[in-house]
Amino acid sequence: MSPHPASENSGIWKMIFGRLDWSAIPLHEPILIGTFAMVAIGGIAVLGLVTKYRLWGMLWNDWFTTVDHKRIGIMYMILGLIMFLRGFADAIMMRLQQAMAFNGSEGYLNAHHYDQIFTAHGVIMIFFVAMPMITGIMNYIVPLQIGARDVSFPFLNNFSFWMTTAGAVIVMMSLFVGEFARTGWLAYPPLSGIAYSPGVGVDYYIWGLQIAGIGTLLSGVNLIATIVKMRAPGMNMMKLPVFTWTSLCANVLIVAAFPVLTAVLALLSLDRYVGTAFFTNDMGGNPMMYVNLIWIWGHPEVYILILPLFGVFSEVTSTFSSKRLFGYSSMVYATVVIAILSYLVWLHHFFTMGSGASVNSFFGITTMVISIPTGAKLFNWLFTMYRGRIRFELPMMWTVAFMLTFTVGGMTGVLLAVPPADFVLHNSLFLIAHFHNVIIGGVLFGLFAAINYWWPKAFGYKLDTVWGKRSFWLWVVGFWFAFMPLYILGLMGVTRRMRVFDDPSLQIWFQIAAFGSLMIAAGIACMFVQFGVSIKNRDKLRDTTGDPWDGRTLEWATSSPPPDYNFAFTPVIHDNDAWADMKKRGYQRPLSGYEAIHMPSNTGTGIIIAGLSIAFSVGMIWYMWWLAGLSFVGILAVAIGHTFNYKRDFYIPKDVVERTEGERTALLATQG
Amino acid sequence: MASAPTIDPAFLDKDGNPLFHLEHEPHHPEGSSTMLGFWMYLMSDCLIFACLFATYAVLGGNYAAGPGPKDLFDLPLVALNTAMLLFSSITYGFAMLAMEKNKIAATQGWLAITGLFGLAFLAIEMYEFAHLIHEGATPMRSGFLSAFFTLVGTHGLHVTFGIIWLVTLMIQVAKKGLIPANQRRLMCLSMFWHFLDVIWIGVFTFVYLMGMLR
Repeated sequence: MSPHPASENSGIWKMIFGRLDWSAIPLHEPILIGTFAMVAIGGIAVLGLVTKYRLWGMLWNDWFTTVDHKRIGIMYMILGLIMFLRGFADAIMMRLQQAMAFNGSEGYLNAHHYDQIFTAHGVIMIFFVAMPMITGIMNYIVPLQIGARDVSFPFLNNFSFWMTTAGAVIVMMSLFVGEFARTGWLAYPPLSGIAYSPGVGVDYYIWGLQIAGIGTLLSGVNLIATIVKMRAPGMNMMKLPVFTWTSLCANVLIVAAFPVLTAVLALLSLDRYVGTAFFTNDMGGNPMMYVNLIWIWGHPEVYILILPLFGVFSEVTSTFSSKRLFGYSSMVYATVVIAILSYLVWLHHFFTMGSGASVNSFFGITTMVISIPTGAKLFNWLFTMYRGRIRFELPMMWTVAFMLTFTVGGMTGVLLAVPPADFVLHNSLFLIAHFHNVIIGGVLFGLFAAINYWWPKAFGYKLDTVWGKRSFWLWVVGFWFAFMPLYILGLMGVTRRMRVFDDPSLQIWFQIAAFGSLMIAAGIACMFVQFGVSIKNRDKLRDTTGDPWDGRTLEWATSSPPPDYNFAFTPVIHDNDAWADMKKRGYQRPLSGYEAIHMPSNTGTGIIIAGLSIAFSVGMIWYMWWLAGLSFVGILAVAIGHTFNYKRDFYIPKDVVERTEGERTALLATQG
Repeated sequence: MASAPTIDPAFLDKDGNPLFHLEHEPHHPEGSSTMLGFWMYLMSDCLIFACLFATYAVLGGNYAAGPGPKDLFDLPLVALNTAMLLFSSITYGFAMLAMEKNKIAATQGWLAITGLFGLAFLAIEMYEFAHLIHEGATPMRSGFLSAFFTLVGTHGLHVTFGIIWLVTLMIQVAKKGLIPANQRRLMCLSMFWHFLDVIWIGVFTFVYLMGMLR
């Protein structure tokens, strides 16, 4: 096709390419062109290396089509880490812009670009960093902790991962073709309606989230069924490891919240594509309906993010204090109570809507009530540490940093829950500081604790502590530098999402915050160096026992990395902290009597449907109706075709199990 | 120190020592999680409908100076439509009874009748929609009509997918017979089909009947 503008307007071009034309390529944005060049060079280098070392077959057979929950868990983590770099690049660009744009300076980002950046930062960090990483950890650890061989629906697990990845691909595509939404991360109408956002940005947003949302919902169903149905004999609900309990509650929240997101985004799409009047200002629409619905999803969502990490902190505290978790049952009840309460607080996100004093009071009180079970958890962790033999390994350091940081974030949350105070602080940088305080201090610190804690399980060697500590200190100190100034600015009335400022006295606080974000950047760099150094020195860091931390739960009972079948024999559980109990009772690893093990087979259906979903979304976003129609039919055909395959399992033969376990026996013998 | 918890005698060996694994793999029957998993999916779908009902409740009175339920709804037609869907649920029940007795031909027959009732339901619904649109009562006309078409249309879309699924299962039963995997699939579709019935009763009551009272 000729790039000549005349041909772009012709009927045939429109029929094939919809509203896509050469103006969608951001040639006028040097930052984007530079990024694209870097991504392209990096991408070509990776593809070239994979081809050179003939790794495509291995990648396809062992990874892309795998139904093994451990490999899927690792792929989720990789997705989350890659997207984290993108999300952080957005963050540091905003910090630099706000530190510069004073005294008449416009900074270096124009409004069109800046608005996309703050939207993309929020969307990516929540949906494509935090969600994949917690799903990855749950995927890897939950089946091991309950003594299962895999999840209940192994194919769905693979499919969920690829749908999440497809969503990430769609959002990333908007960087180089067209634009992303300029609406803020929840895309409130009427701004996100077709009248005020006629471009493709909001459509990228909608389809990226809808496709990823299918994956999230199905993985929620999958993990609930796994925890309810696949527990090892003897493991009743009150013997469940705490991490599994918190994962269960988080997944119940996923299943009970994500359909609301699906519905509300579908209604927004109808407004945009069909011209319905759900959230419009005229024709009987009601924009506040959108705000209510999206927060009915959105508030449970923040508990979906934090609950599994509460579980991680519980496991870490108990392991590195070398004793049982204090108040196991109160921890379980607190988790369940938080899960229920998370549905009764959504209106606190818009006290200023004008619902009146009684409605605001109700939601203010329910919000404050959540701090009670959360506080109970904090005391449980402190009492677990009390008189414990604490080992300050990296996971424990992250946990202590979490306790200090998260408590401050929790207190500012209670402050915001007071409706009159919220009228002053609503939409201010105080709010931004608050939720970064709990999400970074809770979710991210928790993920870093989890990565340092379970890395040896996943790969068979520990992570380097020198670079780990560097990363830790830079991160924690950097966090306080980056966000405490925002509390101060927020109290002074500075609102969020501003691109330029008039009052020069504010600049110093933004400069401190920018300094903090540079420290965090260094912390992230140290973390990747830590991974690199550890991979390089893996022989020195090797753990052959499978239990490097003197762990307490079942995942430490098997080898590191675990064999495909996880456990040669399904374990029988007698007490909480099953592995600690087994060690105490003098458990001897069985050396004979192996049987063939029943396992699910790999399938390529997941990645194929996810690929077609990307094509479908591109068709919808750019109004290439033929592409959307064809790929939708393709999705249906592949899905139906998949159901005609009845052979979905195989047996790992007895001699393979014997050989694998024999190797582990030999390895354990070298320990002396 | 708390005393050691008592151990289930099934998990002790003959000398009274605790077992750490059973001699033979405890058996998870194939597909044992499917019903639970499918229930959870249905409940999540139910939440989508809950949102659409809630939206209808909020926007249902916003006519934007356009027509309201009394001007538009034709209750006898909707009653006929409801009857089609209810009959289809009964015939699906007969299909399941035949499946229990392992009668392939009877199962297929009842499934086919169920599908025909489903198609009749869809045809009547499309006639109703076409009629409304022809009269100018389009989804774009008002908040009320947007919510109405979306709620009823989403249900209709579900019935459409149900019919595609039904045809797929009939082919699979024809090819493989009533093997356990196919029985499980028929059970799932059965739950789906009855679930759509329940949703429709909500639509009929809440949208049509109460709409006439507005």
